[in-house]
Amino acid sequence: MALFSRSPVAPLEYSRTLWMRLWVGAVMVFLYAPLIVLMIFSFNDSKRNVVWRGFTLKYYDKALNNDALIEALVNSLTIAALATIFSLILGAVAAVMLWRFRFPFKGAVDGTISLPIIVPEICMGVAFLMFFAKGLHWPTDLVWPLNLGAITIAHITFCFPFVTMVVRSRLASFNREQEEAAKDLGAGEWQMFRDVLIPHMRPALVAGALLSFTLSLDDFVITYFTSGPETITFPVKVYSMLRFSVTPEVNAASTILIILTVVLTAIALKLQGVKAIAETH
Amino acid sequence: MAEQDWKANKRVFAAVSLPTLLWTVVFFVVPMAIVWFYSFGENAGLNEIHVSGTLDNYKRATEWLYLGIFGKSFAVAALVTLICLIVGFPVAMAITFASEKWRPWLLLGIMLPFWTNLLVRTYALMILLGQQGYANKGLGALWDGASWVKTLVGLQPLPTWEPVQLLFNNFAVVFGLVYVHLPFMVLPLYAALDRLDRSLIEASLDLGAGHFRTILRIVVPLAAPGIVAGVMITLIPALGAYLTPDLMGGTDSQMIANVIERQFKKANDWPFGSALSFILIYAMFILIALQSMRRKVPEID
Repeated sequence: MALFSRSPVAPLEYSRTLWMRLWVGAVMVFLYAPLIVLMIFSFNDSKRNVVWRGFTLKYYDKALNNDALIEALVNSLTIAALATIFSLILGAVAAVMLWRFRFPFKGAVDGTISLPIIVPEICMGVAFLMFFAKGLHWPTDLVWPLNLGAITIAHITFCFPFVTMVVRSRLASFNREQEEAAKDLGAGEWQMFRDVLIPHMRPALVAGALLSFTLSLDDFVITYFTSGPETITFPVKVYSMLRFSVTPEVNAASTILIILTVVLTAIALKLQGVKAIAETH
Repeated sequence: MAEQDWKANKRVFAAVSLPTLLWTVVFFVVPMAIVWFYSFGENAGLNEIHVSGTLDNYKRATEWLYLGIFGKSFAVAALVTLICLIVGFPVAMAITFASEKWRPWLLLGIMLPFWTNLLVRTYALMILLGQQGYANKGLGALWDGASWVKTLVGLQPLPTWEPVQLLFNNFAVVFGLVYVHLPFMVLPLYAALDRLDRSLIEASLDLGAGHFRTILRIVVPLAAPGIVAGVMITLIPALGAYLTPDLMGGTDSQMIANVIERQFKKANDWPFGSALSFILIYAMFILIALQSMRRKVPEID
């Protein structure tokens, strides 16, 4: 009976046709199957990612006791947190500048700010390598967390344009009469910014923070060039593990990172709702 | 109230413009300028580079070897973009026309891999495509199935299955790049399709056009700006891809980013690497200029 009670498929309900569902299903399998296989094999009691030999947590134990790996993870999270905070400030302020003011060379300024989005990662990595090594003679033997300075600066530079982009599109829907009303009611510039503009920008700020954090945590190429021999981040560490010895430890570490991503996404969803996050992209 | 002139409120303008402008100049414009200057330099000694204004680095970049690598990078990036477009378009359509309840979750399903670490995703794909990975096992099972069917109808069975090399070749690079860049294509396509006026599609269907014809003649032209945006968003990072060709490619699947990396690490020829970097950046500019030109053409008509 259930088969007959289903409403007929309307012409525009493309997503209810069979072949569309199969296609979307296949794409989802394509996107998720490798990740799921990786996660399952992180519990596999075998040295190789081939045959299932029983459940074990020993590679998590190994990964969590691998000091270099943990140090790399802590470094990555610290850099991502710092980069997110600075990118939010710089990005939001730049968005307000571009949205509110008319000034000479505005097109050029706008273009230059968004350039880091377009310039290939490899070119930016090379630029930071030269800038810190040849231009500044940046010391590579500082104590933690100062040794993360160069990488953090690089990350802020490629993250904040994304925040600007997201915040700017949000500001486009701001009703400027609200600003005037706030001023009429006696608010100063700062108060207006804090109590009227920031609450309006909030969804974009959450999305921008999520974007910066994940972009920073994700980055391999720019970090690989910017970091000195002493400083490693999680992706750089995983890369060297992959290059030289593939062990299930990498699976365990990767699974931890995937779970971290999912948790972060869940927090952002809790804060903002799935629609708002989806629409900012 | 329109945009304010900067002179009307100089204090606030300074507060919102100086931090970003200073940051961009010091940490972006200056590093890029250093690369640009070095591209006209030459190695003098082990750690010294003399910026002499020579064009030799650019001349060397036009040798057949490097032109070939540029050509190959373009071909790979274009192929990846095309595959992403073909695979991603129906997905974007499905998301657009999904019910209110499902749409955000489908979008999230596309975006979650985009947020997952690139290196982790590449590694996951490598496990799957490995010599004894599941992709090979799946193909082997299909092969055995075909062999069984052949014996069933009385033909000679196929020879036994030999695992195929799915990793460390050009196929793996294209496959890996499609895997990584698919979300980049789907999201702008969805954004464009979502803005579409649905009554136009309904009108086309009412007037007797089939679904396929409606998509080709109505949906695609109307969504053209989104398609172009998706193509650019996929093509540009694919062209500069480093990690996928490095980890999944073989010795002959080097793309331009790998060659640049080699100049800075193993070959230690920074001026030449700088020149290659700037050629890649110029290529990006040309692509973007082409896109904006294309956008202006219909307005003239």
